[in-house]
Amino acid sequence: MGRGSDRAARCLFFLCALTTAAALLLIAAYLILAGLPALREIGWKDFLLGKIWDSAHAEHPQFGILPLLLTSLYGTAGAVVLGVPLGVLTALFLSKAAPPKLAAVIRYLVRLLAGVPSVVCGLVGMTVLVPFLRERLDLPAGDGLLAAVLVLAVMLLPSVVEMSEDALAAVPRTYEEASLALGATEAETWFRVSLPAAGSGVAAAVALGAGRAVGEAVAVLMVAGNAANMPSLLGSVRFLTAGVALEMGYAAAGSLRQQALFSIALVLFLLVVLINILLYLARGRGARP
Amino acid sequence: MRNRRVENLLIKALLWLSAMGVSLLLLAVAGYVCFRGAGNITLALLTEEERFLEGTAGLLPAILNTLFVIAASLAVVLPLGVGAAVYLTEYAKNRWLVGAVEFAAQVLSGIPSILYAMLGALVFCRRLGLQKTLLAGALTLAVMTLPTVLRTTQESLKAAPRSYREAALGLGAGLWPMIRTVVLPASADGVVTGCILAAGRVVGETAVLLYTAGLSMAMQNFSGIQGLLHASGTTLSTALYVYAKERADFASAFAAATVLLAITAVINLAAAAVGRRVRRV
Amino acid sequence: MKRALAWLASVLLVVLLISCGPGGRETVNLDGSTAMSGVMAALREAYRGRTGEVQINCSGSGSGAGVEGALSGTCDIGLSSRDLTAEEIARGAVGHVLALDGVAVVVHPDNPVRDLSRETLAALFTGDIPRWTQAGGEDRPVAVYGREAGSGTRTAFEAALGITDRCAYRNECCSSGDVVGGVASNPNAIGYVSLSALSDLVDALAVDGVPCTLETVRAGTYPLRRPFLLVTRGDPAGAAGDFLRFALSAEAEPYLARAGAAAPEEA
Repeated sequence: MGRGSDRAARCLFFLCALTTAAALLLIAAYLILAGLPALREIGWKDFLLGKIWDSAHAEHPQFGILPLLLTSLYGTAGAVVLGVPLGVLTALFLSKAAPPKLAAVIRYLVRLLAGVPSVVCGLVGMTVLVPFLRERLDLPAGDGLLAAVLVLAVMLLPSVVEMSEDALAAVPRTYEEASLALGATEAETWFRVSLPAAGSGVAAAVALGAGRAVGEAVAVLMVAGNAANMPSLLGSVRFLTAGVALEMGYAAAGSLRQQALFSIALVLFLLVVLINILLYLARGRGARP
Repeated sequence: MRNRRVENLLIKALLWLSAMGVSLLLLAVAGYVCFRGAGNITLALLTEEERFLEGTAGLLPAILNTLFVIAASLAVVLPLGVGAAVYLTEYAKNRWLVGAVEFAAQVLSGIPSILYAMLGALVFCRRLGLQKTLLAGALTLAVMTLPTVLRTTQESLKAAPRSYREAALGLGAGLWPMIRTVVLPASADGVVTGCILAAGRVVGETAVLLYTAGLSMAMQNFSGIQGLLHASGTTLSTALYVYAKERADFASAFAAATVLLAITAVINLAAAAVGRRVRRV
Repeated sequence: MKRALAWLASVLLVVLLISCGPGGRETVNLDGSTAMSGVMAALREAYRGRTGEVQINCSGSGSGAGVEGALSGTCDIGLSSRDLTAEEIARGAVGHVLALDGVAVVVHPDNPVRDLSRETLAALFTGDIPRWTQAGGEDRPVAVYGREAGSGTRTAFEAALGITDRCAYRNECCSSGDVVGGVASNPNAIGYVSLSALSDLVDALAVDGVPCTLETVRAGTYPLRRPFLLVTRGDPAGAAGDFLRFALSAEAEPYLARAGAAAPEEA
């Protein structure tokens, strides 16, 4: 007892920490290193700005990911533009305007649905939304960017509501009381005082939602149509994630096609890191009162 | 003055409207799934495997596989994540190291699951020769959920009162006895929350398992090292995907979705019930 | 809280202990063509009825992935619904012809078109005919449903019509069932799937007047034909070899027919 077990425990915990850190760092290193060769061979300009993705063409395969990249960016932006205002307004309602009992019910509902697996959202999208869009808009087929944006917007709603509400709840009541005492209406107080004060938390919610939308693979695979066209709102599109998912099994080990998929993965990784840095900055700003 | 009052009312109406809209939307999604799925859930579906020659569907293998994947990934991620969290909060003196691991965990918790799927397929299925098996899937998921377990454990460790530790150390206990008797018990709620959140992610995960765990719908035999190493097949979420996308059998897909929704709802409520609310960042 | 943790730990332990108990069966993992999933499900169940000792698992991820899996060792036997390429053979892939399959051209049941020539088909799939009126149908836009690059069905279909890499797909589906589901929900759609993946959700067209049935595929009169291959690297040993021999034996033939594929000897 004593010394020996103390040292053994220390070693064991250190090993755990080391394994964790190594696993995490190795993944990042692997993604970066594996993504570079194809970038070098294809040329980063042709890769990022090339408009044609035709990786399996028998004679002239082409590896331009601009259609995939733009689709991911538009899709994410669309989902954020639709989902975030709705989510933030709902959070405002829950924390300020709602009768407490109703708020509790809605909160319960949101919590319950925060974990709906993406494949379920995709299923509802492909059985309800896609046929609906086709009939209403008289399209050849309903799968496409619009369907994907709508599905993604619904998927990021619960987390935006929850995080925004947490941020709003953290705003000191005295701020709002001061504003009301000065004669501002409730609405003015909420929008001019509460929301700005909770800004960094809301920004974090947006970044989180964007990260989730950019990284979603299965749901968009089920509703986006997946043809690698340049994005149009009603047309069939392929997201970066779907680009990896669709061809991952096919690419022969060591082939340029496989390396190009690694490069797509790298681009996706960098997008997520970028969003994370924004999240980090938003938080950092919030930490300084 | 009247303008402002009207504006106030309008904005309140807007808030009501959006909250009702969001609630209805979420209810509609869940309601639709249950509406289409509940009628198709039969005892046979839940207790039998699929029979192609008779043309019947079955979800029992998927349900068992889901449990196996949860158990196996937790068995790997728990010791690792908790151990690492203990080291970082109790032992580590190097601030830089702690910061680096925490930042890495933060970044990696945001990595899209399709990238984990790709890496898992390369490392576990190919390099380590595990093939597409539930074990390979569980290991990939363990890596994926590591940041979650690490963070929740760390949070609860940090919340354990300093005075307890100082008292134990002051009584002459070594660092390890102190950790064993004071720190770990105090962190139990964080560990449990971490487990529940990790299990939730495992249950809902599709992309990783599609590419690492195989898509067999057959009953697996988990007994023996052979079974443990080679069991390969769908979990509930990938079974749903297979029924919807590869079989065009939407009745079974919605039945699987309903079961999946029920399980995630239970997991979510359990996570909410355990201690304080844990942020899902 | 402590108790919950103890519970959790003991449940985990029990599950793991059960897992590590004695016994266990040999396992054969197959992976590849989604078009072959029906045939393989039938064979798997037939084989299990014969020997209870071996666990057969079939995953559907596409022909290219199956060949790649057999070569890289992520599965024991690959499933390919197209001929192997010279490159794949050079890398050591061996294809065993399991059955012959027809690529059925499918439309929504409401679509009045029932028969198309190969030329019209090619024009429809390359986008030269954008509306159904030009192919003898109603005034609707044409939505071309195809498969992703790497699919055996896509490779075989495009090659048979001479339109390799020239198709204008509205949707790229990731399995045979996905095409069936997509076409079944869209009256504008046209797509192609394995004969064995056909269901009554969609209607199969006749090509050049020949309907796509087991008989016409067997007789060789249906123009869009391709093999179902079991792909191995070298000669597989053990359980995988046993299953391979069973699948290629006369004993397996009735199950092939039940799943909608034609045995190769008769063709």
